[in-house]
Amino acid sequence: MTEFGQCLASQLLAGIQTTVILFVGCALVGNLLAIPVALARLSAKAWLRYPAVAFILAFRGTPLLVQLYLCYFGVGQLLAGVPSIRYSPLWPMLRGAYCYAFLTLSLNTAAYCGEIWRGAIQSIPDGQHEAGQSLGLSKTRIMISVLLPQAFRLALPAIGGQNILLLKGTALASTITVFELMGAANLVRAQTFRVYEPLFAAALGYFLLAVLVTTGFGFFERRLARRY
Amino acid sequence: MESIVSWLTLLGFGDKGWGDELLRGALLSVEISISAYVVGLALGLAGALAKLSKRRTAVFVAVAYTTIIRSIPDILIIFLVYYTATDAVRSVVTFTGLASEFQINGFVAATLSLGIVQGGYSTEVLRGAIAAIPRGQAEAAYALGLTRRQTFFLVTLPQMIPLALPGLGNLWLVVLKESSLVSLIGFTELVLAGKMAAGATRDYFLFYCAIAFVFLVMSSLSATLFHALETSTANTGRHR
Repeated sequence: MTEFGQCLASQLLAGIQTTVILFVGCALVGNLLAIPVALARLSAKAWLRYPAVAFILAFRGTPLLVQLYLCYFGVGQLLAGVPSIRYSPLWPMLRGAYCYAFLTLSLNTAAYCGEIWRGAIQSIPDGQHEAGQSLGLSKTRIMISVLLPQAFRLALPAIGGQNILLLKGTALASTITVFELMGAANLVRAQTFRVYEPLFAAALGYFLLAVLVTTGFGFFERRLARRY
Repeated sequence: MESIVSWLTLLGFGDKGWGDELLRGALLSVEISISAYVVGLALGLAGALAKLSKRRTAVFVAVAYTTIIRSIPDILIIFLVYYTATDAVRSVVTFTGLASEFQINGFVAATLSLGIVQGGYSTEVLRGAIAAIPRGQAEAAYALGLTRRQTFFLVTLPQMIPLALPGLGNLWLVVLKESSLVSLIGFTELVLAGKMAAGATRDYFLFYCAIAFVFLVMSSLSATLFHALETSTANTGRHR
């Protein structure tokens, strides 16, 4: 292997690790947050519903790139202006781009997936809820044991698609200096002035990751469909 | 109070404000979104027809296209299209000897790269809409002696538009937000204009909030518009 090939391979491997960590972390946090977001959005209490509506609107109505910029440059600037945070031992962590990327991508996924969950919960026939009530189940019990499991089956294909979008979204973290697969490809491109090799290699990497995620979700969907 | 006044000056028009730059950027964002949307729809229509055709190679090419677009980050595709397109055009131009130094127009490059990404998404939406029209419609048209082209434009297309409208609305919202990505290939639309303003004034939070707000307004307006369009066309062509 040539020197260039070795350099490219080592950089991209380091990048792909960060991409995978970022993706898995954000997918876990985002998908878990999505359910409370959906429940708050469907809540009858106005003080729960309106913040959820605003949250979903804000994250679905603006580009991910702007969200990343706003979080990293904007919020980062505000935090740096507060002396108690600026000189706290936590600052080295808060200064890095990594946690801002993590936060933004997780919240973004939570907003989109929350809307998917809301649709799924609303599309379950009313009879299910009424049957639960006639059995004397509490409201929480009906939600946990009756509605959410059925909503999960309905929502899973769309959630799979959203997670693919999250994987693609991690590529934007390179714009706020997180060194993941896209960032690694850009670095090699800038250092060696070769355009096509790093970009195509990164594309292949993302393609393989996407195939992996799609296969995983497909497997999960078939498993869930079989049980009933 | 003072800070509010200084914010308003920064966002205002005139010498000290960046309002006019941001407004120009927002207009360019909308322009590029519209042209990329049109390019995407044309590509998507071709892709949808290819996917539904009987020719094996056409199906293969269309499936490969949508699979690649769906699994590779948009920004990577935009970079790839931008570099390949500019390189290809430049080599063609220098080869034919029309000009020794040639720079591809930023707007064209941005439209092309964004449109190719958008085409992949449009393919799926349009394919679904075409496939949802009963076969009998096309068969009836053939029985009446219409050619394939006439059948498509006079029978299939008018019926698929109401079916495709929710998907088309979503696609417009997607392309509006994706247009922010062309700032990364150096096209001065809203995000890059705001980034420059933020860098010059060091008021990052203010300017990124302003950009986010403009995008929020634009996407809310388009969502309302498409919703009105959907309700007004919902009943045509179905209840007869």
